[in-house]
Amino acid sequence: MDPLHQFQISSWFQIILGGYDVSFTKSAFFMVVAVALIYALLVVGMANKSMVPGRLQSAAEMFYEFVANLVRDNAGHDAKPYFPFVFAIFMFVLFGNMIGMIPYTFTFTSHIIVTFTLAAVVFVFVTVLALIKHGTHFFSFFMPHGAPVALAPILIPIEVISYVMRPVSLSIRLFANMMAGHTMLKVFAGFTVMMISGLGALGFVTGLVPLAINVALTGFEFLVAFLQAYVFSILTCLYIRDALELH
Amino acid sequence: MPNLLAKGRLARWSGVAGASLVTLTTMAGTVLAAAAEHAPDAAHGGEHASGGLPQLNPANFPTQIFWLALTFGVLYYLLSKKALPRVAEVLEAREERISRDLAKAAQLKEEAQAVLAKVEASLAGARAEALTLIGQASADIEANNQARQSALGADIAERLRTAEASIATAKEQALANVRTASADIARDIAGRLAGIDVDQAQAEAAVAAVIEERQG
Repeated sequence: MDPLHQFQISSWFQIILGGYDVSFTKSAFFMVVAVALIYALLVVGMANKSMVPGRLQSAAEMFYEFVANLVRDNAGHDAKPYFPFVFAIFMFVLFGNMIGMIPYTFTFTSHIIVTFTLAAVVFVFVTVLALIKHGTHFFSFFMPHGAPVALAPILIPIEVISYVMRPVSLSIRLFANMMAGHTMLKVFAGFTVMMISGLGALGFVTGLVPLAINVALTGFEFLVAFLQAYVFSILTCLYIRDALELH
Repeated sequence: MPNLLAKGRLARWSGVAGASLVTLTTMAGTVLAAAAEHAPDAAHGGEHASGGLPQLNPANFPTQIFWLALTFGVLYYLLSKKALPRVAEVLEAREERISRDLAKAAQLKEEAQAVLAKVEASLAGARAEALTLIGQASADIEANNQARQSALGADIAERLRTAEASIATAKEQALANVRTASADIARDIAGRLAGIDVDQAQAEAAVAAVIEERQG
């Protein structure tokens, strides 16, 4: 009845690489599933390359245009080359969240190490991008335009900290949302089970209350699953814009 | 979204993405090595720990980072190299097709309008020509009518004249005959009543005198 039990990772077969345990786990399995589903959606969907798209092709094109608009609106027109990166981020997070909504699956985005690594990939990508684009001029980013020079000793550390904290906030937002939602589902489901086992026949009646809440929560969780993927990719876009424009 | 996946830049940025993934994995590895040293028991204790978050169990970190790097790397490669260019290709082809069809429709419309203008012009021409023809025909008819009317008039006048002349001749003749006959009758009457044989010329003169007298 431990609501956190769902987050445990069981190794399916052990792999040791360079002294590290990189066993193929439930988490790894669903990452592979997510990648396979995303790729299958796009490849099978676009197999016909029809002028008038069918259902699957419409879905594939919808994802494409959704992310393309996201990149254009939030990262600017210069960000076109990084569209595949944002698309990969969005789809990976979205499918990770959505797969987790199916009972008996595993939500790999509910693990801080996964979201943090993903956020760190974004962070490193964006920082490398800014350094390539602007060279050492990139560091002017930490001193806001028009601010008095006297304030520099205060402003620069603040700006540096807020910049370095980006991957932390980005990863914790996604991780916390996914974990909290799934824990709530388990907790309310647990209430129903406890009422039935504890109250007997009455439990079947009172147990309906947490069940009803759980139905609402499940709908809400679908919203959160999409929203968090959206937020993650929108922030990625905004960071890319910062890297490109250094405003 | 044309040019979204321009080949050269894409290749370059695939490199950047790949490099960042590798950097991260290395970075994470170093951090983890340190973490593992501090929590050697966590690897086995975590599974049954009461209340501990499985997410914070460092034993799970290497496998998740490894598989995330692997799957996300593969996903990025597949998407940028294979899947997304196909979608872009289809979308571009569709956009091209639509704009081409629109251009063609505009061209056809223009052509249709030109044809319509031509038809209207020729219709106006035909109408004008018809009007001219009608005017000409009515003028012809008018002229013809007039000519025939005047010819008819002249004919009638001619016939009238001839008739009048012949009537006058006939009248004269009749008048002359009346005179002769009157003279004869007068001679006959005189002969029978008075037994006088009146000379033809004398009788005629007497008749003429009477006619003269009566008419005067």
